[in-house]
Amino acid sequence: MTRFILTRIASAIPTLILVSIAVFGLLRFIPGDPAALMLGDLAKPGQVEAMRVQMGLDKPVVAQYLIWIGNVLTGDFGRSISTGQDVLPLMLNAFSVSATIVLVGVFIAALIAVPAGMLAAWRQNSPGDVGVIAVSTILLSIPSFWLGLMLLLAFGLHLRWLPVIGCVPFSQGFWPALVYIVLPVTTLVLSEAGPIARMARASTIEVARLEYITHARAKGLSESAVMWRHAFKNAFAPTLTLIGFVLGSLLGGIAVIETVFTLPGLGRLLVDAIYARDYPVVQGTMLFVAAIYVVVNLVVDLLYPFLDPRVAA
Amino acid sequence: MDGTSLMRNSMLSVRDLTITIGPGGKRIVDALNFDLASGDMIAIVGESGSGKTMAARSVLGLLPQPLVTAPESQILFKGNDITSIEPRALRKIRGAEIGMVFQEPMVSLNPAVTIGEQMAEGLRLHHKLGKAEIRDRSLAMLERIQIKEPAKCLTAYPHEFSGGMRQRIMLASVMLLKPRLLIADEPTTALDTLVQRDVLDLMVELTQADGTAVLLISHDLGMVSHYIPNVVVMSEGKAIESGPSSEVLRAPKHDYTRRLLDALPRRSAGGMRGGGCGKPVVEVRNVVIDYPGRNRLFSRTEAKRAVHGVDLTVRSGETLALVGASGSGKTTLGRAIVGLVRPTSGQIAFLGAEGRRPADRQERHREMQIVFQDPYSSLDPRQRIADIIAEPLKLDRAMNAAARASRVEQVFSEVGLSPDFGRRFPHQLSGGQRQRVAIARAIVGRPAFVVADEPVSALDMTVQKQILLLIRELQARHNFACLFVSHDLGAVEQVADRIAVMQDGRIVEIGERDDVIDRPQHPYTRQLLEAAMLIDRRFAENDPTKQAMAL
Amino acid sequence: MIALVLGQSRLKFNAMFGITVTALLLVGAIAGPWLVGYDPLKLDLPSRLAGPSAQHLLGADEFGRDVLSRLVHGARTSAWIAFATVLFALVTGTVFGVVAGFLRGWTDRILMMINDAFLAFPGLLLALGIMAVIGASRDGIVLALGLAYMPIVVRVVRAAVLSIREREYVEASRVMGNSEFITMARHVLPNCVAPIIVLATTMFGWVILSESALSFLGLGVPPPAPSWGSMLSTARPYIGQAPHLIVLPGLCISITLLGINMLGDAVRDWLDPKL
Repeated sequence: MTRFILTRIASAIPTLILVSIAVFGLLRFIPGDPAALMLGDLAKPGQVEAMRVQMGLDKPVVAQYLIWIGNVLTGDFGRSISTGQDVLPLMLNAFSVSATIVLVGVFIAALIAVPAGMLAAWRQNSPGDVGVIAVSTILLSIPSFWLGLMLLLAFGLHLRWLPVIGCVPFSQGFWPALVYIVLPVTTLVLSEAGPIARMARASTIEVARLEYITHARAKGLSESAVMWRHAFKNAFAPTLTLIGFVLGSLLGGIAVIETVFTLPGLGRLLVDAIYARDYPVVQGTMLFVAAIYVVVNLVVDLLYPFLDPRVAA
Repeated sequence: MDGTSLMRNSMLSVRDLTITIGPGGKRIVDALNFDLASGDMIAIVGESGSGKTMAARSVLGLLPQPLVTAPESQILFKGNDITSIEPRALRKIRGAEIGMVFQEPMVSLNPAVTIGEQMAEGLRLHHKLGKAEIRDRSLAMLERIQIKEPAKCLTAYPHEFSGGMRQRIMLASVMLLKPRLLIADEPTTALDTLVQRDVLDLMVELTQADGTAVLLISHDLGMVSHYIPNVVVMSEGKAIESGPSSEVLRAPKHDYTRRLLDALPRRSAGGMRGGGCGKPVVEVRNVVIDYPGRNRLFSRTEAKRAVHGVDLTVRSGETLALVGASGSGKTTLGRAIVGLVRPTSGQIAFLGAEGRRPADRQERHREMQIVFQDPYSSLDPRQRIADIIAEPLKLDRAMNAAARASRVEQVFSEVGLSPDFGRRFPHQLSGGQRQRVAIARAIVGRPAFVVADEPVSALDMTVQKQILLLIRELQARHNFACLFVSHDLGAVEQVADRIAVMQDGRIVEIGERDDVIDRPQHPYTRQLLEAAMLIDRRFAENDPTKQAMAL
Repeated sequence: MIALVLGQSRLKFNAMFGITVTALLLVGAIAGPWLVGYDPLKLDLPSRLAGPSAQHLLGADEFGRDVLSRLVHGARTSAWIAFATVLFALVTGTVFGVVAGFLRGWTDRILMMINDAFLAFPGLLLALGIMAVIGASRDGIVLALGLAYMPIVVRVVRAAVLSIREREYVEASRVMGNSEFITMARHVLPNCVAPIIVLATTMFGWVILSESALSFLGLGVPPPAPSWGSMLSTARPYIGQAPHLIVLPGLCISITLLGINMLGDAVRDWLDPKL
């Protein structure tokens, strides 16, 4: 078990290194001189030269990478070109907004979709099953940002129940903050419930036809005991992987929902930085999001042996 | 068996049991009748598709969708009809009164739940026992089935045990509840011969001690005759014969039973066919095969030696059988000879040459072929049968399309398939037909040497017999040398000229077939022979004069 | 029995619906410009934000451009991008996947390390990063999404190659003396086609969704070219005044995705009856 944990953690390190190289390399492809970009259009040639030296751009590429990654490891992601703020606090503030919505949304989605998918699989081809398939396939096909706009139209503009844009941090009171995140979270719950329900259903069907399920029935266990005690753990393992995948990809994909509800989250920070050609922010955010994704996947893998003890063997 | 023979003390009475695919659909089981008295044992014997497993499952109401029992069916357990009982009452019977052991020990214990929990579940449910009591009983049972370190076993997961151990644990967990009836569905089919014997002995011991009745489902008449006094023979959903095992075996009334008996392992007539006279085709000298270990950051798997310095020779026209349990290295050795595995050291000479040069290798490949165990995965699903069989010929540049076609047609008739099969795809064929195609592909290029890697162990008994006869017949015609790899002494006895017994990567005994089987020298060979449960020769010989003499 | 019938008819319904929607998308994409009279770029300021009328069947947008015409041209954009992207990801991904699975050893390990680094960028992030470098353009989206989806194809193809090359019929081909190359071409690759087709159908839907998301973010098809995603994006400020500008493009995306997803389910049931 310890060996499994150590191996898995160690194997995440080369991935992180390659990710950082990829982010660094990607930003090298940008046409134009980074030093000139930093200074803007009005810079004099001498200033640009000085900036190049200051940024280390006169050194070989490998040295530049090592300087950058060294700074990143001490928490120095550089400064934003457009606002001059340090990138790290910018990212952390935005992350707290995104993470709240994503975690709450995916948690509720899983809470609804996993039991729905499993029950549908247990009564395969019953009207209830067909209903779950239909609803989840439709939800899967609606883009989250359009769903968000529709909710906004219905609950914000027509019924006027909920605020249309913006957000309030939870530090300023629970209720005001909650009111602002209801719509974005609902959007996420609806759009992520589809794939999770389908996965839970597919893996439960796979497990339900295995012999140990019949064996559990032959012991005299009730249907619900067979399902929750014997099928759940085995069927949930692939669904957990999907939930990890959804959590991670939302950190990149949340940008569209943050755009709909004008939330100052991580996705919006990245997109705005791309518009503004604010490359230190783009570089920092991409590395940050990718690193979180690697960590999420690591956590999922470390949880896996609790569901399937064969993995750690 | 008819209704008049209904016994007074019968615990389980099955009357007109009919199972269909959906109401009124195709009949899987057709009007089956049998009785089982308390503490007695009965076996249902049949081949795949005979309906025997579904008949057994219906006793617990465990038919998979969309199978249903027809309304006229009655399954009376202690006087209650299980087909019409309400689910709650049925669950009280399952586990507590009727226990069930399944075929595949690898998939019938839940991989995510500890052994202790899986054993405790039934006790908690049916006997309402406390934690300490459950633990004591589980430990006592594990000790009784001779599990080392029972306390540790309770917290372990199924994947930490071998197939035989899992089957023992499964048996223990079912018998822990002291059911009145145990249904065992092919409990040993997936196990090695030696382990099969252990598990069956254990089953009989545990059930006899508690006075539990046994309903055994099996395809193996030979094994059944050793353990079970009464037998029902099923074919295509119908019970075609039933009665005491000894009578059914001695004087089978029905044609199908006779064929089933014929298919039982028996020594091929005629004895030796000049073994040792042909010229050596394959010479294996001091071959060692290691599976390399892996070095990773935090884990290291040791290199494992699968074959320890083996010598053997296979001559043209003879069949050498390589026999051993799984993990003995027999398959690895066979694969090394045809070049799928590279030996770590030692020589494998083929027709006198070692063939290290690539050009030689191509040449010698055409002279040696392999037939695999699983006829479902050994044929490319996207190719037509004629293309599959013709493929080895495409490597022979001297052959044109017309010559190939006529050779393929000839081979079709040699393996007993109609040439119509040529246009079909593998999934349209039965297991036996596929194995014929695999054999046709192996012999179409007239090879000097064929490795048959467990070629019949995935097939039904009557089909096994046909395939074994086919191999022998083809060998007589084409005079190729054959290495027959198998765990099954019964099959080996029918085709081999010589037998080599392998244990832990070494050949412990090698000799003429009759010497090895009648006068085994090594203790391991004797163990294997005992476990093989070759059917009593008295029953196997259908010659009436011999039967009379035996009586 | 009812369950059985339901299961059967669902399969047929999936396939029929999927094929119909996909065919409509293709017809709109190919013949669209001849079916609708208006130039999608023609400004008609007096009709600005107008609702459906005889003049503009589905209304007009914030510059008075005809919404129906823009939707049809949007289908053309989406279909073109989806085809080009799926083709790009499939071809490159299959080449790398086959090379890795075929050669194994160090080539495989290095290719997979690079591939895993690509896969470590979640969802749209990699595409966003690539768009940041090359700037918003139609061909840029194809490159960005193609590169973002390629690693998934590499994974699937490599896994298929590795699993199929261990089958006994492949070993039989080796034993009969076929070279590794012939064995791959004759027995391994033809058996990898099914999972690749299933993946391609699914990917078609992902690409349409991702393209509309990128365009919605303003990093996709640049204005004034019509695209469902950018139509939503530019209409967002007018959500209160002209809700049809929001409702219609979204409906187009949703119905298209629903059709493709159902087609994908039908294709998978047909090629891979296991699920």
